[in-house]
Amino acid sequence: MSANVTLILVAAALIGCGVYLVLERSLTRVLIGVVLIGNGANVCFLVAGGRAGGAPLVGETPEGQMSDPLPQALVLTAIVISLATIAFLLAMAHRSWQLNGHDDVQDDVEDAAIRRRAATEDADDEFSGHRDSDVEVFEEEGAS
Amino acid sequence: MFACILALFATAAVAPALVRRVGTKAFALLAMVPAVAFGWALTHVGTIRSGGRVTERIDWIPHLGLHLDFSLGALQWLLVLIVVGIGALVLAYCASYFDDAPEVPGFAGVFVAFVAAMLGLVVADNLLLLYIFWELTTVFSYLLIGTQAAKATSRTAAMQAIIVTTLGGLAMLVGMLMVGVSAGTYRISELVAHPPLPSAGLTVAVAFLLLGALTKSAQVPFHFWLPGAMAAPTPVSAYLHAASMVKAGVYLVALLAPAFAATPGWRPALLVLGLATMLVGGWRALRQYDIKLLLAYGTVSQLGFLMLILGIGTRAAAVAGLALLLAHALFKAALFLVVGIIDHATGTRDLRRLSGLRRTAPAVGIAALLGALSMAGVIPLLGFVAKEAAFQALIDIAHTGDGTALAGGLGWAVLAGVVAGSVLTAAYTIRFVWGAFADKRGVGDTPLLHAPGPAFVAAPLVLAGTGLVLAFAGGLLTEVFDPYAAQFPLGAHEPALVLWHGWSLPLALSAVALLGGAAMFWRRVAVARVQSLLKVTSAEQIYRHVMRGLDRVAVEVTSLTQRGSLAAYLAITMIVVLAVPGSALVRAVAGHGQPRLWDSPAQALVGAIVILAALMATRSRRRMRAVILVGAVGYGCALLFVLHGAPDLALTQILVETVSIVVFVLVLRRLPEYFTDRPLSRRRYWRILLGTLVGLAVAGFMLVTTGARHEVPVSAAWPGVAVSYGGGGNIVNVALVDIRAWDTIGEIAVLVAAATGVASLIFIQTRLSDFRRSRTSLIRPRSPSSRVCRGGGCGCPGRGPWRPTGARSSSRWSPAWCSTRSSSTRSTCSSPGTTILGVGSPPAW
Repeated sequence: MSANVTLILVAAALIGCGVYLVLERSLTRVLIGVVLIGNGANVCFLVAGGRAGGAPLVGETPEGQMSDPLPQALVLTAIVISLATIAFLLAMAHRSWQLNGHDDVQDDVEDAAIRRRAATEDADDEFSGHRDSDVEVFEEEGAS
Repeated sequence: MFACILALFATAAVAPALVRRVGTKAFALLAMVPAVAFGWALTHVGTIRSGGRVTERIDWIPHLGLHLDFSLGALQWLLVLIVVGIGALVLAYCASYFDDAPEVPGFAGVFVAFVAAMLGLVVADNLLLLYIFWELTTVFSYLLIGTQAAKATSRTAAMQAIIVTTLGGLAMLVGMLMVGVSAGTYRISELVAHPPLPSAGLTVAVAFLLLGALTKSAQVPFHFWLPGAMAAPTPVSAYLHAASMVKAGVYLVALLAPAFAATPGWRPALLVLGLATMLVGGWRALRQYDIKLLLAYGTVSQLGFLMLILGIGTRAAAVAGLALLLAHALFKAALFLVVGIIDHATGTRDLRRLSGLRRTAPAVGIAALLGALSMAGVIPLLGFVAKEAAFQALIDIAHTGDGTALAGGLGWAVLAGVVAGSVLTAAYTIRFVWGAFADKRGVGDTPLLHAPGPAFVAAPLVLAGTGLVLAFAGGLLTEVFDPYAAQFPLGAHEPALVLWHGWSLPLALSAVALLGGAAMFWRRVAVARVQSLLKVTSAEQIYRHVMRGLDRVAVEVTSLTQRGSLAAYLAITMIVVLAVPGSALVRAVAGHGQPRLWDSPAQALVGAIVILAALMATRSRRRMRAVILVGAVGYGCALLFVLHGAPDLALTQILVETVSIVVFVLVLRRLPEYFTDRPLSRRRYWRILLGTLVGLAVAGFMLVTTGARHEVPVSAAWPGVAVSYGGGGNIVNVALVDIRAWDTIGEIAVLVAAATGVASLIFIQTRLSDFRRSRTSLIRPRSPSSRVCRGGGCGCPGRGPWRPTGARSSSRWSPAWCSTRSSSTRSTCSSPGTTILGVGSPPAW
């Protein structure tokens, strides 16, 4: 099957820009990156669908000239899901700004704590410090 | 059998409520259930004596070939009697042992459940079923050891026991699967009747099986968990860690010895480790001052002996091993129960403080003496009969090999080792009896807090008395054990358990063991000096080193892989995309098909606009501009859909894009106009590189995959079907409704979940508004220079008094936020550009 270079370029550009943006710290930019990647993926579906054609409506378009309806059915779902993603990420950005005054994605505090622990060579104490269960707190028998 | 197991589990379920209601007396009621099971097992004695088996099969999932198979042969029958018989006695003993402490009801439930699991373990006739019960006993044992969860030692001991036994259990599961696959059946009776042919794979599988048995039965080097497990209440020590659970490994070895004793590695491993365990356990028992720990190390030692005798795989050794198994269960459970009574009555288990108990608690002393004599192997007790038989079996092996290739030096060495172990056994037995009951110089009589009642002493007396009675029933025992032993080839002698062999070598060895033990006890000060000179690293220290090392590695690995930065994770994901499928792409890139530039020039035009908008959105530092450019990209895509012949997509895209832009604008007008400004770092170029590479990779994938395709799309046949079956002309809609109905439901679920999330994030402010205000006023701004604020979009609209510093507001957006948010703050919005607050300065009204 022959590939459509224009659509491929569009998809590649959208996904490339999206990747650049999702690696940012600002949640709004991450969100924009996610939207771009989503659009790029949708365009990829068009590429996979083959040649452009008429709308896949029986009666409107002769059967041979229709565009492939299968990828369209998939993309339709993707578009709606991306709306949900946008709404949720935006709410998070908004909340983050409310709490912290910015919408930067923070590094995980717990992970940072583990890194510090690794740096200080301080293993969990669970297996150190206890005595041998073979209780030898008693003295030598000796005198008896 | 299945009914017994179910009845016990059901009893376990009601036990906590019963104990809570009736008090500890309820233990006597609970003991009835295993007692009935004991009676049921006794009724089968005729079948067992005649060499028959009782089998049961419950269909579980018949069409997958999964059945619950149970089988009762001579070996299983003996174990069942031990498990339910001693279980009933120990439960009855619990009625006197426990007070009405809060953990007792839960303990009762777990204990009865353990009896059920243990019964299942010994009657299961399927390797996988056996494994399930095996791990159930591990879990219940863990819970029972940790009964006093408030104590750190209890928790550590429970953890140690479960880690060690589960390690072996998992290895055993691997071994079981390998054996099952190579034999074509998981049914144990079939497996033993027709063992798989020897092979390297089978040797490995058997080694894994043995690892399970060795850890469960506390063999060197895994023996340390058993003394640790003495943190459990004494009934648990008596039952799990002397009579039943620690026998599970021995049972597995005995069960499989007829099939696998000749497998390479089986005998060397069991003989060496069994003997080492016997000696290490005995040696360490000699330096204990806590009589419970003394018995625990004694158990380790005896388990080594059992492992050795039952693993060696001759007919005489098999009979001796079963006798020893029975004798050990009887005397060790009795002795532990005695320790429980002493602990309960005097409040101490330290043998240097106990004195005069032989006079103050004579009944307990008799039970202990009977048990101890059996343990040391003194005539006329079952322990003596069993040990004589074991010596005889080992002598036969040393003389003739008895089919084991151990004739000569090796055989004699094993015998010498066992005699040495018996010397230690005799020595620590004397130490135990002397330590617990004798009068000691300079120590007054240990006061009894309360004298043990007859019900309390009954259980150990019954157990120890049985050891005495059965010593005279050697003929019956031989007959009952014979069907099991008959699985091994006939050896030099037909084995027989008799009380009096005549003046023979075994008797001499017994005498050596007893005299040696007495001598060691007599010279105990010298022995103690030698003990203190031989300080070696204990296995438990090694275990702790290993666990600490594991913990260390976990911290290192976590700190390496969990950087806590979203960007880092995403970058790693992208790099993997490039490295793995990307490298495959490079090889596949030799062109398939002939790409075309575009479907129509309009497509190229729209495509160029989309790309341009995307690049500008990426470069933009203003939020609004970026969002509007993204909107342009979205509408551009909608146009591409139209040009491609996908009107449904275009329609949806335009709707979604419009809604998104509205939402974006509503939210972003509250956020700062500019993205957080940070100095351009070198990382940015890495991001550009990564984005470019991923884009290129995507382009490559699309070129290659599209070019590689040559089949007609499945949707080619859809137009006709859409009308005739789906009843619609719009094929995409029909596909969504008729083919992807479940996906559409899922999609709606996602929308609902996202809406819930959004709502909870937005409306949280009303509930936590006080908290939020104080937080924001404290935190913001972090450093005024880090943010360039131009225009009113920056900062904190609507919360007049907490307006950020450095906000030189313009009036562009301010009317909106003044009007929307002022109600919650009672304040009017300060007019743009008037006040600049310092950090922590008071509200500006």
